[in-house]
Amino acid sequence: MGKAPKKRSLADKVRKTKTSSEIKNNPFEVKINRKKFDVLGRKSKHDVGLPGVSRSKAVNKRKETLLKEYKQKNRCSKFIDRRFGEYDTKMAPEDKILQRFTMERQRVHEKKDVYNLNEEEELTHYGQSLAEMEKFNDVVNSDDESEEKGLLSAELTASHFGGGGGLLRKKALGEEEEGGQRAKSRQELIEELIQKSKQEKRERQVQREEAQELTEKLDQDWKNIQSLMVKKTPKADKQEEKPKLEEYDMMVRELGFEMKAQPSEKMKTPEELAKEEREKLQKLEADRLRRMMGEEVVEGAQSQIHFSADDLNDGFVLDKHDKKTLAYQDGKWNMGEEEEEEEEEDEAEDEEGEGESSEEQESDAEEDEVEEEEEEEEEEEEEEGSGEDDGHSDLESEQESENEEEEEASPKPKKTLSKEEVKAQQEAAKAELPYTFSYNDLKDMLRGHTSDNQRLIVARTQKSNHPSLAVGNKLKLQKLFGFLLEYIGELATRSPPELSTIDKLIPEVYALCQMFPDAACKAMQSILGDAAHSMEETLEVKGHAAFPTLDMLIYLKVTALLFPTSDFRHPVTTPALLFISQALTKCPVRSLQDLTSGLVLCSLGVEYVSFSKRFLPELINFLVGTLHLAVQDKASLGMTLLYGRYALLRCETDLTYSDIVLQVTLWSSLCLCYANIKSYKTEMFIIVFFHRLTCLSTCLDLVKRCCLLYKDLPSFTHIFQPIRTLLSKHLSTQTLPEPLQIYDGCLPSFLIFRVPFLVIIRLDYGKKRGSTREEREKERLKHKYKREFKGALREIRKDSRFLAREKLNEVMNRDAERKRKVKELMGSLATQEGEWKSLKRKKK
Amino acid sequence: MAPAKKRNVSSVKTAEKSAKKAKVDLSKTVERILESRKHANDVFDILESLQAEQEKEVISAVAACSELFCALLERKELFLGKLPGEEDALSGGYSAEDKYRIFMRHRYTSCVEILLEHLSHEHAMCCLMKFAAGEGLHPLEDLDWSEHYTFPERYTLSFVALVDNLLSKATDNSLLISRFQEFLEMEDVRYYVMSSIRDNAVVPVYQNNVFTLMSSISMPNQESELTNFMVKQEAKHEDWKAAKLHEHKRVFERMWLGFLKYKLPNSMYKKVLVILHDSILPYMSKPTLMIDFLTAAYEIGGAISLLALNGLFVLIHQHNLDYPDFYKKLYNLLEPSVFHVKYRARFFHLANVFLSSSHLPVYLVAAFAKRLARLALTAPPTALLIVLPFIYNLIRRHPSCRVLIHKPSAEDEPFEDPYLTDEEDPAQCRALESSLWEIKSLQKHYHPDVAKAALLINTPLSEQEDDISETLEVTTYELMEKDLKQPEIKSVPLEFETATRLLKGGGDVLGQHFCLA
Repeated sequence: MGKAPKKRSLADKVRKTKTSSEIKNNPFEVKINRKKFDVLGRKSKHDVGLPGVSRSKAVNKRKETLLKEYKQKNRCSKFIDRRFGEYDTKMAPEDKILQRFTMERQRVHEKKDVYNLNEEEELTHYGQSLAEMEKFNDVVNSDDESEEKGLLSAELTASHFGGGGGLLRKKALGEEEEGGQRAKSRQELIEELIQKSKQEKRERQVQREEAQELTEKLDQDWKNIQSLMVKKTPKADKQEEKPKLEEYDMMVRELGFEMKAQPSEKMKTPEELAKEEREKLQKLEADRLRRMMGEEVVEGAQSQIHFSADDLNDGFVLDKHDKKTLAYQDGKWNMGEEEEEEEEEDEAEDEEGEGESSEEQESDAEEDEVEEEEEEEEEEEEEEGSGEDDGHSDLESEQESENEEEEEASPKPKKTLSKEEVKAQQEAAKAELPYTFSYNDLKDMLRGHTSDNQRLIVARTQKSNHPSLAVGNKLKLQKLFGFLLEYIGELATRSPPELSTIDKLIPEVYALCQMFPDAACKAMQSILGDAAHSMEETLEVKGHAAFPTLDMLIYLKVTALLFPTSDFRHPVTTPALLFISQALTKCPVRSLQDLTSGLVLCSLGVEYVSFSKRFLPELINFLVGTLHLAVQDKASLGMTLLYGRYALLRCETDLTYSDIVLQVTLWSSLCLCYANIKSYKTEMFIIVFFHRLTCLSTCLDLVKRCCLLYKDLPSFTHIFQPIRTLLSKHLSTQTLPEPLQIYDGCLPSFLIFRVPFLVIIRLDYGKKRGSTREEREKERLKHKYKREFKGALREIRKDSRFLAREKLNEVMNRDAERKRKVKELMGSLATQEGEWKSLKRKKK
Repeated sequence: MAPAKKRNVSSVKTAEKSAKKAKVDLSKTVERILESRKHANDVFDILESLQAEQEKEVISAVAACSELFCALLERKELFLGKLPGEEDALSGGYSAEDKYRIFMRHRYTSCVEILLEHLSHEHAMCCLMKFAAGEGLHPLEDLDWSEHYTFPERYTLSFVALVDNLLSKATDNSLLISRFQEFLEMEDVRYYVMSSIRDNAVVPVYQNNVFTLMSSISMPNQESELTNFMVKQEAKHEDWKAAKLHEHKRVFERMWLGFLKYKLPNSMYKKVLVILHDSILPYMSKPTLMIDFLTAAYEIGGAISLLALNGLFVLIHQHNLDYPDFYKKLYNLLEPSVFHVKYRARFFHLANVFLSSSHLPVYLVAAFAKRLARLALTAPPTALLIVLPFIYNLIRRHPSCRVLIHKPSAEDEPFEDPYLTDEEDPAQCRALESSLWEIKSLQKHYHPDVAKAALLINTPLSEQEDDISETLEVTTYELMEKDLKQPEIKSVPLEFETATRLLKGGGDVLGQHFCLA
């Protein structure tokens, strides 16, 4: 019987010592799950199992957890280990020990140990703390040091050092000799000493207190005196100076104060200015680049840049011009200065972006300016009051008379103002906009003036209605911007179009735009939106639309002037670019006029993308189409043109190249005129011919520019493939006129192929396909839940089995114990009985 | 002829009457005729005004006719059975009652004739249809009803005449046909109209009319829906052809096949193809008969091929059509113009469906992807917003196409694109050896949305397929509005280079070539 358990324990031992690899390799431990089918590409996790190992693991785990719980069942008392971190499983045991140690130390270290430098340990000598001893010494030394210094009397020495040298003994002897009765014991001596020292101490303390009192008293006295002195001196000074201060000194002092403010605003040297300017430009450029990459713009990075810190961000630019008109008050003004003023104004206009310093200088004078301007307005009102009833002519005559007077008054008039100019001046002077400012007001205001004067009027209007002057002015100027845009459109639609006026108005529009970016953006957006909408409608009805008219072309150009075209996404320029591309795609070329419009759009497109080098496929398409027109033998091309809109062409627009060859001699750098777009039909044949040639040259130049723009694109060759075939096969270099050959030559140099781009890709095999993501996710979760549920059930079953086994074991053990005890008792009883019987037998 | 003479006499009178008066008179006449047979001859007045010049008069006459003859039909005062000639009736031994009926019946016939002449008026048409309904209720033919059905032979003939007139070879009757559409709601009318459209002619106007009529026919889906009859037939309802759906389908099919047999102009092809898949194919009894037509259309190329795709898809999907070289042809449909045609959305929707199969060979998918990418170089932004996700979806569905984006073997050597653009066979175009450089180029596209879409290839593609159905219908203007209608703009960036002249700035491209005049 004893053999079996022994054997088992031996087997356990063997098993425990075995390494895991040995167990795995043991064929009796390993269970192989046979697969019915081999599925390719499926990884099977459970083909090999170690049931024995996993079972014993599970049993052990249950013993540790479930069994303990079972045994603790129905027990109320509980042992709680309150040591630090006992139940914190996350802590490493070393940490626990360390923490406990430090807490222990902290408890030991009470307040008294605060100044103990020897934190490590309390050093002791014969059970007494060394630190304690040292402290005691220090205490003794500290207070009495000064008194007892050099007080090394014999007594003291004797008292301290007990025995001592001969001197002491001598003295002692002498004393003894003097009065034997006075011989005191050592004990008494020490007591005396102590008393003495105590007395001294008290005295000293008293002395110190007295000294303290005295100093305080002294302080008090001094203070009284001091206050008197302090009060007296300035009073005396002031009384002396007061009479002088009246007029001169006040001014001096004021000037002095102003002078103090000056240094921060000192004039900058030209180099400094240039440097600043450069830095600012660099910053703006960086900003632009960032926007081009499509990153988020930092709030307000750009909008304020043109203005100084003092500026109200309303674009108020002062110049001396306004001041000079004040000379008006006297009824005359100086002519010679007038010219200068104009120049100055121009300068100011040009410097607008950079003129920080000048602005600041002028900002001092701003208040005065405002007052003056108000006066001016009053004057004007008076003037108007007189002029309004009589009408315009009267006003003019009045002005004329004034003018004459002036001429007489000025001895040497360098240049008299023309009638219009004067009128413009006046117009500008009364340019206070009415509250209900409308487009017609603006038109009335500008009607009949030269373009320069129109610009002047607008500029003056802008200034006299500056937002800082009145509450409603901001709104008025915002309106003014919209009206100016409208006016520009109207100018362009007039026949003949007044383009030079538009040209002159551009700076004003730009300035207004800088003042109110939001309003400008809205106005431009509405123009673009309307144009796009009407085009969309015609497209839906007819399937094609006419090319945009001149005013739209100009709006597009103005957009490019006012807003940055290189931004990754911009609320104005992105739609504008879309509009250009839409027009280039959907508008059929039916005449030379259309072609010119298209080329203008192309140039605009190139301008839009010139900085950002973005790819504009419609541009290339249009250029291909245009070149296609120049090919004589269209049938031989053998290539299909895009969306067949060129089928609509009339032969009139053919830029056939035999014509070109004929006209090579007439080639010149004739500029295409905007006006030609409008009136080409009336032109003579030869003009039309030049027109064709210039169209072609423009087209080729645009092709060249596109080549340069897009040469970095990976598929450059494919983009330019149609152009290349056209140029190489059908417009061969030999027959082309000289100016055109250069464009042909530039093409092949860019035929660089790009390395394929590398992308890291995750491979995902074995994923269910075909359903949406949500469905798949749901499936997955369902599957997981099922599995978990099954697993939980299995675990619970195993647990209950384990518990049952344990209970059975318990019962068995108890039974066995009972049996054993009964047996024992029976045995003892039997022996008792036996003994008793044997006794009985003995008795017998 | 006596009646003709009478008519001439009365015409003098009626012509002078004003239109309104005529109307009152006509209704009075009708009342008189219906009241007593004494005034029976007044019917000539009505017929006379039916041929009048003024439109108003004709309209009121038509109304009078319909009132009169409908009432007569109801009273059975028109002669039943085979109609004897007018002279025969006078001479033959008929009773006075019969004579009256024969007389009225003749007037009815002539009225119908006149109405058919005046068919361009919708009132005439309505009147005729009313007669048809009346005749259906009170048949004029005295035949064995057990063998005949309520749409008698004579009546179908008048129907044929009506339809023939509708399908005029000279005038465009689309308005009239749209009016006629309400009668086509009725099952039996539809049935007989369909069976009466038979012959064809290669005249554009005629074809137009036929198409308008045929496309306005809306077929029922189930036999139980066949309830709305103009003429109810109690007896033998089950045997009546017009009450059976499969008969309807058969006639419908024959009508369309007859129409498509002839050569059609391209615009007509387009019209037919547009409605083919959802209003023709489902109602044919044998849709496979359309195969010839569709394949022929598919071969034509261009927009027609694009449209034929839809019908072909239905046939392939539901009727097991095996179309050899289908994908090759689809591949060849991909031309630069695909992005500019009106049916772009439809085409891409179908192409998406065709290419959604995961059993397509890799070379084919790669060829499509490469071809689309190449074409994308000339596409407008709206198309690009379709094409780019389309290509990504192709690559997602066929992971082995990833070599198009990432080619480990060709990392360093300078690479010439081996893809052959002009190769018609996708198997030979060497797309798999190539890469999608075009998408890399499009990352520099001017429109931010396109550039963003193209930038997606720089990161691993998500597993989720992009849904292209939303972008299919986007127009350029909608794209523009996205930027224009942004709710609030934080701060509008401005150009910092001060503008001085109109033509300055932006590289001076404009200034170099154009000047202000």
